[in-house]
Amino acid sequence: MTSHDVTTGAVTWPDQLYDLLRRAKVTQFAYVPDAGHRVLIDRSLADPDVHSVALTTEEEGVALLAGADLGGARGVLLMQSSGAGNCINMLSLNKGGKFPLLMLISMRGEFGEGNPWQFPMGQATQPVLEAMGTIVLRAETPADVIPTVEAALTMVFQSGETVAVLLTQRLIGAKKFG
Amino acid sequence: MARPHTLQVNPMPETVLDRRDVIPLLIENPHEFLVVAGLAGSAQELTAITNDGPNVYALAGAMGAAVSMGLGLALAQPKRRVLCVTGDGELLMNLGALATTALMNPPNLTIICVDNGHYGETGNQDSHTGFGVNLAKIAEGSGIPAVLTINTMDDLPEGRRLVREGNGLAFILLRVKEGKPLNTGRLMNPAVGRTRFRQHAIGHV
Repeated sequence: MTSHDVTTGAVTWPDQLYDLLRRAKVTQFAYVPDAGHRVLIDRSLADPDVHSVALTTEEEGVALLAGADLGGARGVLLMQSSGAGNCINMLSLNKGGKFPLLMLISMRGEFGEGNPWQFPMGQATQPVLEAMGTIVLRAETPADVIPTVEAALTMVFQSGETVAVLLTQRLIGAKKFG
Repeated sequence: MARPHTLQVNPMPETVLDRRDVIPLLIENPHEFLVVAGLAGSAQELTAITNDGPNVYALAGAMGAAVSMGLGLALAQPKRRVLCVTGDGELLMNLGALATTALMNPPNLTIICVDNGHYGETGNQDSHTGFGVNLAKIAEGSGIPAVLTINTMDDLPEGRRLVREGNGLAFILLRVKEGKPLNTGRLMNPAVGRTRFRQHAIGHV
């Protein structure tokens, strides 16, 4: 499995990631829109067998997927790093209630960031999540993505942990400002 | 100096209903539903009227979670009727969840907001609804298709119909007087509550 099409050079890991999540029986995709998650969001919207849930704030997604778990369904929460801060108290559900949760977080405010507003939350994302009991894994290269999310899926849905996979700015590229 | 003032734009009648009377009458047979109950009074009341039933997931924290949890549960269990019973303070913390729920429009979800206009658990301070914020109008503006306000016993039959026979997403604003909820004690361990609920709802942990 490669994460780039060798003939066109196109990035293929987002599509592989969607297929991986579906094979893992994920049926609720919850998100606050972000360019880094465009393929996952668009594919969930086009997939008749999943619920594609647009949120107003990321903490809704933490609660939504706890409710999904009560009903025996699996989900994933997609957000940008600024959204991690919006989830903190809601993660009490996961730490206290042992609700499994997979978060995929596209990073801002790190490698090559040109918007100073993004740094405070971007730099705090990993420590604040860890302070709430979330295990944080990082994907730094296209080749990292699928194995890292595969590992996270096992930790979440077999072991009942809360895991965030950070899709780093080195992986997805820094947004251009100027 | 500014301070919260009573709104003049949303005049609502004085509250007359006692929650301890009206909640059991509105829900009738709570064992038939999967229930998420949000914080303090609602969690105590739903625990009491189900005799600590395994079909109730009662929150005692994560304020603002109840509606979203109800949505996730309703999407996961489309053949079961799901009730989300919460209070005005809990709902005010995440009004966006009403907008999200309206967009998803799960036909098997009824949200009941027990509105006493106060933060009963923290010393009975006035909530925003106590100053006149109307959560039923917010639910309507969010696009929830069936919205009902219950002010008196005369409004109860329509509420019971929505809860019992409702074939679509509904929001019920149940306006009650200040006062203690029914309370027989409740499970305070969130992980035990999860296990118990899943065993009931899906037959395994």
